[in-house]
Amino acid sequence: MKFARLVWANLKRKKVRTLLTLASIFVAFVLYGYLAAIRTALSAGVDVAGADRLVVRHKVSIIQLLPASYEADIEKVEGVADATYSTWFGGIYQEPRNFFPQMVVNPEEYLAMYPEFVLPKEQKDEWLRTRTGAVVGRTTANRFGWKAGDKIPIQATFWSHGGGNKIWEFDLVGIYDGAKDGVDTTQFLFRFDYFDEARDNVRGWVGWYIVKVEDPAHADAVARAIDETFANSPAETKAETEGAFVRAFAEQIGNIGAIMQAILSAVFFTILLVAGNTMAQSVRERTGELAVLKAVGFTDGQVLSLVLAEALGIAALGGFAGLALSYFLISLGDPTGGNLPLFFFPTRDVIVGAAIVVFLGFATGFFPALQAGRLRIADALRRLA
Amino acid sequence: MNWLAQIVALTAFNLRTLGQRLGSCASAIVGIAGVVGVFIGVLSIAEGFRRAMTVSGKADTALVLRSGSDTEMSSILDGDEARVVTDVEGIARANGKALASTELFVIINLPKRSTGTDANVPLRGVGPSSFDVRGDMEIVEGRAFEWGKNEVLAGRGAASEFKGLEVGASIPVGREKWTVVGIFTANGGIAESEIWTDAGVLQSAYRRGNTVQAVYARLDDADGFQDFKDRLTTDPRLNVKVVRQTEYYEEQSTAITRLITTVGALVAGLMGVGAVFGALNTMYSAVSSRTREIATLRALGFGSGPIVTSVLLEALVLAIVGGLLGAGLAYAAFDGFRTATMNWQSFSQVTFAFDVTPALLGRGIFYAVAIGLIGGLFPAIRAARLPIAAALRES
Repeated sequence: MKFARLVWANLKRKKVRTLLTLASIFVAFVLYGYLAAIRTALSAGVDVAGADRLVVRHKVSIIQLLPASYEADIEKVEGVADATYSTWFGGIYQEPRNFFPQMVVNPEEYLAMYPEFVLPKEQKDEWLRTRTGAVVGRTTANRFGWKAGDKIPIQATFWSHGGGNKIWEFDLVGIYDGAKDGVDTTQFLFRFDYFDEARDNVRGWVGWYIVKVEDPAHADAVARAIDETFANSPAETKAETEGAFVRAFAEQIGNIGAIMQAILSAVFFTILLVAGNTMAQSVRERTGELAVLKAVGFTDGQVLSLVLAEALGIAALGGFAGLALSYFLISLGDPTGGNLPLFFFPTRDVIVGAAIVVFLGFATGFFPALQAGRLRIADALRRLA
Repeated sequence: MNWLAQIVALTAFNLRTLGQRLGSCASAIVGIAGVVGVFIGVLSIAEGFRRAMTVSGKADTALVLRSGSDTEMSSILDGDEARVVTDVEGIARANGKALASTELFVIINLPKRSTGTDANVPLRGVGPSSFDVRGDMEIVEGRAFEWGKNEVLAGRGAASEFKGLEVGASIPVGREKWTVVGIFTANGGIAESEIWTDAGVLQSAYRRGNTVQAVYARLDDADGFQDFKDRLTTDPRLNVKVVRQTEYYEEQSTAITRLITTVGALVAGLMGVGAVFGALNTMYSAVSSRTREIATLRALGFGSGPIVTSVLLEALVLAIVGGLLGAGLAYAAFDGFRTATMNWQSFSQVTFAFDVTPALLGRGIFYAVAIGLIGGLFPAIRAARLPIAAALRES
């Protein structure tokens, strides 16, 4: 530590270069944060999909409905622990750009199926008492400033009630949180029993089923058994694990996501390369001074750690500040205003980022430091002349 | 010596020394080229998507949907309503028939060629006048489907992105297999992402009775749109909304375009900051390595104005070279690249080609110039403020 002032003096000798290097590393790690968040957002939660859950949809496409009677049939299939249904409502709140998903569900079954949706007990009880009740995720509630007790009017694009009325009004009774990062807290959920009775047509049909299996190891076998149950019926099904379903869904975004990520990664590593090269360069320029230090009695190890400390210092200062700022900016929310429901900086990527910071410091400092440590005083001093 | 001559002399002098500073200049040029390339590349995705969505929209074509629906997917019109719409005054006629097509729009799952995972591919049922209403359809392989048969035509984009749409192959619709009999193009527009079949056949396969989802109508002339719309929306037998085809597709493309442009702007902005640092670094070292020369020039009577300008011009030259390089690379790498993505509004796949437009290239170069100016300004000011005596003494 007593050499801290020496390191500091070295950093100050070319202030502009040090500042620019710091700033580049800082920018690179802000970019890294967004890269991680966008990657997670585009993979649409593949990482958090429940291994013990299946999604069962109509074989031809998910927009085709399935009979509500399938629930009982699915629950009879061996290996199925529980089943519930969900339906896409597809309504508009005020204007189309305020998009968020609205699902018609059975409250008790749905919350049991998704334990990662955390709703306080009294709000859940209130929801079970209120037929027109709805609950919403924290992200969407914050986006529109909703609180429990509000009346939320939603204009349906398809479903009408009371003979052609497309405005549905719900009583917001609760706000759910995610039990961990990556849980979709944009959904707006309301009750199927109310919806089914009120809607003008297609009563008794639901969008898709979510099935909990007893043993995730047999998930594929259970999925096949479910499909066989409804084979050759008017509404054949396709059952697959939630992971496979979400992945197929994410793949639909296509290679645009991959291209964007490739570009971001290329940018990130280019900036690091340039900054690293500058740092290494600044050590090489001072070979003569290092020789003088050794001549006045610094050991090889001390010279090596001086140089390493300088490189690590710059990398850590720029890198950690960049990670911190991107963490803060990302926590403010999705920059597109609702198009990316899962937008957060995953803890795993924060740790990887921190590891890259440390690696950057070592990689840029180590080789010049090694050379400096091995320096033969006489040679280096002669080069000065 | 006048001002202008000083600038010309100084700039020519500066540019001649570029060769001696090849390393640092090259890194600035590459940095700026990278930023411009990425900027243009990302925005060409948004541009290509928007083009595919809007190129086939015509101002004289109207789309009639159920009132309250935002897309064809959620719209439904029964047979009587559809007949009222197609009989209304203001629709163009050809060979004695109204140019109005009653259509169905559903999606089916087909595996993507690239990943093998299921994707939502749009399947459109059309009426006999649909080809005349669109006007830009062309069958490039095979033949048209026969009315009343389980046959489909696949758009060129759909056929290249999804498996099982070769001529002669068959696709699962409901519980049956339908044959692909041909491939069509539509001037690169959205229809190329779709599969087309006879609306009547699709109605029975999906048990839709005689209901349809939308009516596409070609109007006598584009100015007649408001009258046409008023006639339909005031008709007590109907409960519909009428939009111009151009506006409908423009609206459909906003979500994706906005997503890509936001991400693109964010990345280009951050990279731009990085490139400004790079340019600053280069120009500062350019100025500091020439401290004595600059001081000599000042002692000879060159003004500080021309010195600032010449340093700025040098930075500009580097920036423009970088900008052109980046623009060229982006054009070579991205223009015409075909891919598919999800259109969230219609919940189905759209195939499109990246589009590097001249306007985008212009914006890229403009961005490079801005980076060059900012990166050159501070070093230029420093060059002009050097104390002459001290600078001359510097080794």
